Amino acid sequence: MIAWRSTWSIYTRELMRFLRTAFQSVLAPVLTTSLYFIVFGAAIGGRMPDLGGVDYGAFIIPGLLMLTLLGETTSNSSFGIYMPRFTGTIYELLSAPVGVAETLLGFVGAAITKSLILAAIILVTARLFVDYTIVHPFLALIYIMLVAAAFSLFGFILGIWADNFEKLGIIPLLFLTPLTFLGGTFYSIDMLPKPWDTIALANPIVYLVSGLRWTFYGSSDVNIWISFGITLAFLAICVGVITFIFRTGWRLRS
Amino acid sequence: MPDQSRTRIRTLDASASPIVDISALTKVYPGGLTALDGVDLRIRKGEIFALLGPNGAGKTTLIGAICGLVTPTSGSIRVFGHDLATDWRKARQRIGLVPQELSTDMFDPVMRAVSYSRGLFGLAPDPARIEEILRSLSLWDKREERIMALSGGMKRRVLIAKALAHEPDLLFLDEPTAGVDVELRKGMWSIIDEMRSRGVTIILTTHYIEEAEEMADRVGVIRKGRIIAVDEKEALMARLGRTEAHIALAAPLQVLPPEIARFSVELEDGGTSLCYRGGDGTGKGKAEVAELTKALYAAGIDYTGIEIRESSLEDIFVSLLGEGEQ
Repeated sequence: MIAWRSTWSIYTRELMRFLRTAFQSVLAPVLTTSLYFIVFGAAIGGRMPDLGGVDYGAFIIPGLLMLTLLGETTSNSSFGIYMPRFTGTIYELLSAPVGVAETLLGFVGAAITKSLILAAIILVTARLFVDYTIVHPFLALIYIMLVAAAFSLFGFILGIWADNFEKLGIIPLLFLTPLTFLGGTFYSIDMLPKPWDTIALANPIVYLVSGLRWTFYGSSDVNIWISFGITLAFLAICVGVITFIFRTGWRLRS
Repeated sequence: MPDQSRTRIRTLDASASPIVDISALTKVYPGGLTALDGVDLRIRKGEIFALLGPNGAGKTTLIGAICGLVTPTSGSIRVFGHDLATDWRKARQRIGLVPQELSTDMFDPVMRAVSYSRGLFGLAPDPARIEEILRSLSLWDKREERIMALSGGMKRRVLIAKALAHEPDLLFLDEPTAGVDVELRKGMWSIIDEMRSRGVTIILTTHYIEEAEEMADRVGVIRKGRIIAVDEKEALMARLGRTEAHIALAAPLQVLPPEIARFSVELEDGGTSLCYRGGDGTGKGKAEVAELTKALYAAGIDYTGIEIRESSLEDIFVSLLGEGEQ
């Protein structure tokens, strides 16, 4: 039995936190995305060939969307749980009659909402620079929600694992961002020389970017169902880890 | 002296089943520190229970174990009949916690922070109830202010308001007056008394023995994770309390005459002072000192002054800790 009022409280509080840092959470990604479009879309994109029949400027939209979503979702949710641990306010959550279901639904629900807001802002910003059409808008929406859920859970795990600010930032900075850059954000895997095109498939972000690109343009480097499968598997692993954390109280309860 | 209503609450609930029933509770931290060592404790409905102990005695760990912040190593805790290991949701629904640290989201306005706490515990929004709580804690005028802008005492009141937002039947106050000035401390005492009058059972930890003496119905003393004494405050004082009287003699005495020696007395300061130690916490000591002065007069022993002192809860606390040390 899920305590929906508790879930709603966590959800709205997380959204309020997001709005409180609206400048950082919303305007920064918009500015970053615009810069990417100016550099890669306008300056370099004009010299690039169409990729799979898609204009280069439009081609990079799903990658840029993914780049921002992964970074923002992970850092938002990791801070969301780390800060209460750091300041001690976690006591309230731990002493309340809420379990893993309410906590996750509240945090993840808020993360998905934030991601959809961010995605909408980025898509609107992209529209100012390049013309594009989304072939499977409903699937794109579902896919964004799935990725947001998975990475908010991933961020949640990071926020529980980290015992200082350095650890909190190290995974997104040293692993997530490089993998996203190397995950086909700005190019198609087909453009890589051998054996790098095969090695690139070991990068899980490739499947995420590719999956979202398929929902936009109907073509991608990797089969869409493989992308969906990997996203769902990652989501399931994160849910499993967090359930374990809540059951055992690891880094939450002393 | 307790008022009648307070006595009535105790009398009524002494026979009732406890609302908190802790058995053989042990907590051993990963580093090997035993914070709780087989704690057995029962809390009655409607009482104020003061848990006393030196730093590191296990007070906060015990509260944490009941409130879900600490995972016990072994033992059982039942709250309102619910086993915390299996039926924790129902139990926690009725528990409020005011932590020792001023831990709250400092960016939130007071009203939002308190409303959030109510929602987190699964209750429907009730602005009237929140207003009532804020007014009772003199926070209503500060409701739109960010918590970071409030004074330390006000922040502690916000924590109390948050703990009361879901209308708990059992409230834990971990060092509620730590670091607050005397005036505010007395204000807190009146707030706690008000909560008790509404039927809330209160368990508080404190370093200020005076606080326990002022408010508690029962007192528990914890040392190195073990409860070494639990009793009614008055019973504890009656059992362990003492009267000490120093009588300055007009002329020094070398030997006590038999009619004086039958009292629990000894000569001090080269026979210029007579010291009485005895009685209990019920006034027996004072009566004996009165008898002693009459006996001195009858024996023709003149005196120039009397200094009399009843032992406080603090004396008893220190003595209990000393005994535990041995």
